[in-house]
Amino acid sequence: MTGIVAYGAYIPRLRLSRLAIYQAMGWFAPALIMVAQGERSMCNFDEDSLTMAVAAARDCLTGMDKKAVDAAYLCSTTLPFADRQNASIMTTALNLRDDILTADITSSQRAGTTGLIAALDAVRAGSRRQVLLTATDKRETKPAYFYEMWFGDGAASLLVGDENVIAEFLGSYSVTHDFVDHYRGADRHYDYMWEERWVREEGYAKFIPQAVQGLLDKLTLSMQDVGKLVFPCLFKAEHRTIAKGLGAAPAQVMDTMHDICGETGAAHPLLMLTAALEAAKPGELIVVAGFGQGCDALAFRVTEHITKLSPRRGFKGALADKRPTDNYMKFLKFRELIQPEMGIRAEAPAQTAMTALWRNRRMLTGLVGGKCRACGTPQFPKQDYCVNPVCCAYQSQDDYEFADVPAQILSFTGDLLAVSVDPPAVYGTVQFAGGGRFLADFTDCDAQDVRVGLPVKMAFRRRFTDSERGFTGYFWKAVPQSQPQTASTEAVAGKEVQ
Amino acid sequence: MATGIKDKVAILGMGCTRFGERWDMGAEELMVEAFQECLADAGIERKDIQAAWLGHCLEEVGMGKSAAPMGVALRLPHIGITRVENYCATGTEAFRGAVYGVASGAYDICLAMGVEKLKDTGYGGLPNPGSGFGSLTWQWFPNASAPGFFAQIATAYAANHGIADKDLKRSLAHISAKSHANGALNPKAHLRRPVTIDQILASPIIAYPLGLFDCCGVSDGAACAVVTTPEIARGLGKKDLVSVKALQLSVSSGYEGAFNEWQGDNFYTAGKCSLAAYKEAGITNPREEIGMVELHDCFSITELVTYEDLHISERGNAWRDVLDGFYDRNGKIPAQIDGGLKCFGHPIGASGLRMIYEMYLQLSGKAGERQLANPRYGLTHNLGGFPHQNVCAITILGGDK
Repeated sequence: MTGIVAYGAYIPRLRLSRLAIYQAMGWFAPALIMVAQGERSMCNFDEDSLTMAVAAARDCLTGMDKKAVDAAYLCSTTLPFADRQNASIMTTALNLRDDILTADITSSQRAGTTGLIAALDAVRAGSRRQVLLTATDKRETKPAYFYEMWFGDGAASLLVGDENVIAEFLGSYSVTHDFVDHYRGADRHYDYMWEERWVREEGYAKFIPQAVQGLLDKLTLSMQDVGKLVFPCLFKAEHRTIAKGLGAAPAQVMDTMHDICGETGAAHPLLMLTAALEAAKPGELIVVAGFGQGCDALAFRVTEHITKLSPRRGFKGALADKRPTDNYMKFLKFRELIQPEMGIRAEAPAQTAMTALWRNRRMLTGLVGGKCRACGTPQFPKQDYCVNPVCCAYQSQDDYEFADVPAQILSFTGDLLAVSVDPPAVYGTVQFAGGGRFLADFTDCDAQDVRVGLPVKMAFRRRFTDSERGFTGYFWKAVPQSQPQTASTEAVAGKEVQ
Repeated sequence: MATGIKDKVAILGMGCTRFGERWDMGAEELMVEAFQECLADAGIERKDIQAAWLGHCLEEVGMGKSAAPMGVALRLPHIGITRVENYCATGTEAFRGAVYGVASGAYDICLAMGVEKLKDTGYGGLPNPGSGFGSLTWQWFPNASAPGFFAQIATAYAANHGIADKDLKRSLAHISAKSHANGALNPKAHLRRPVTIDQILASPIIAYPLGLFDCCGVSDGAACAVVTTPEIARGLGKKDLVSVKALQLSVSSGYEGAFNEWQGDNFYTAGKCSLAAYKEAGITNPREEIGMVELHDCFSITELVTYEDLHISERGNAWRDVLDGFYDRNGKIPAQIDGGLKCFGHPIGASGLRMIYEMYLQLSGKAGERQLANPRYGLTHNLGGFPHQNVCAITILGGDK
């Protein structure tokens, strides 16, 4: 049986009140009030589509054997590198095997669903046992635009395989049309959008039914068999109308999450699918469709195994872990839509040595340290001599992954002198349970909430951006946890890599 | 068997510039200002110097690499000069080179110079090295500032010893107020205005919990020493010699930053370094025997925990000693009599030698308005780096008796 084995989701903690956008820019674009309800998810300054992908994939791989993953596809239209495979950064961060197939799938809003079909086809054909499929997007718009209101940032990840399947893949159906509802030239930062009325009537309203009905016909199923119909649509009314036209009752239709998150681009069909799977009962039929230069549709039958899936944060957990904000100026600064004075101190050199990055890729990208075979001390970074002063054994350390090890704050500060996009720069020493510590940046927190002893979880984040050379450096930061850690992570001690 | 440095080397003369925002001078001219005073004080000529050590930390805003800029600026006649750099302990490192040069018997008279020109960056605080901070370090270390690194000592200290924020802040304010009062008496100090505890407590936060007045001055300056053997010094007619009793260095092994024992509220190096120095000097009870200290008070919290690391105050009790006035000018062990890094200022490479300069003045009775009555031993403590990974240098000086 081929299908989905596990799912994961990520939504940034920050959620921007849409009314805040209207309050700031309503004088300029009064029509914004029509869509100024709820909140949209918003990347922190150190997040991008890649960091969100890593977070969603980590959630997906909770309780799974990472070393059994044979391929990883990363689907997005907003990846940080145009030529440096982003999927390979992700798999290094996740510490997957080196002998796997990786690919970036991009250039369309349906990259996520197309990637999922490719992953399922590969497993069904027997050429790969398990494929990790992750979709993510952080789309940019100019300020005071409907799309700024509609878009959100987020990622979803699905593990596809042929064992322990929680949702059996029944089949897929695609239609492809060079329909230019919007486009982004290869050298451009923002989309160019055509008139919404035309997009709704000639695009969404035609292609989604073509793909969904085509799939149902192919599988000789009808809409009455469908438990949940999952498809994004920017336009609320059109979303209802399309579903109704396909014969779906409102209870059968998955919410687009406009009010709580916004549309997360290539990730959105899969993020909605993740939410649907979380609520699904065995036997339920789920149809998911992704729009973009045509439409993909896929059908899944939820299995009994879904009740045995190891607990994870999932969509609900990600949605609940939030920091609401009405600081629209912060949104603008984080996305470099305004350029406040950063001062001469910010002009420091930022060139990165690729040679040093390659040598230390497991440390820097994967947060892999060492554990001494002689004295058992976990340590970061891994060095030739053990750090334990009474040991100092030579080349005695096995790789030791710190990313999922529970940790807490040993010391901290909120630094107003250091250059930061979001001052104060909060950082301090993080002590890992079972051993190991290092000085780390903290993120997704307010300085006044940080204290010695607070639990933290590690997150893969942008460490720096080198705008002169177009390079982004990544490392891991500590995210203070205000609530007690969930049972699923509490039980996990340091994982030794075989 | 090593016999230590005690009484093998004496200071023949010293010089120190006025510290501060020396818009009028570059590092080269600052060295000349200190050197002129030093030669006159020592009563020697340039040609009598056989070897020299230059301490200069931030070459990117100073003179560039190597010892050549000093050879050129001071017109030293093609002698051996070594440039040393060891973070903020650079000045003491230069002194160590010169002292060891004499103690080894290789040379009769050596020069140690420390200099830094910081006010050519265009902004306050120390320079931001960015990716110049090591090809690997840049890729994972937090983009921290010096106050931020040291502020962490304060949060850990308060948490580990159960000290209320306001008590710690009051003690830190006392430390800064004391140094401002001392600095006001020093014509060469960068900051010469006394401040009140209330002013200090009301100052803006730089890196929580440290405020503006918890941070030392960022200054330009130079200080230097000419050293020789006690015999040669006496032969040159010097009386009341000040000699080196101990000279110790301790550098982190990674233990603090990556092992699991250090509590983040002290300087492990200073604890070890001070014990080695006391042993070398033959001191068994520092709280009773040390007469004065010049500590590396880059931040008030650094000074506070260093009192404990030097085994003078008990662990967790330095804040009480401070509030009791133990380290004030009229206290048992006056600290930062010249104003310290806080008010004399902190030109990185010069600071270690500036501390030794004050001890030298006090021990030879030349400290003027600041003169203490009969100090026996003076201790200087010079610290470079970060709480979890640093270089600690300690000298103990005393009369040659």
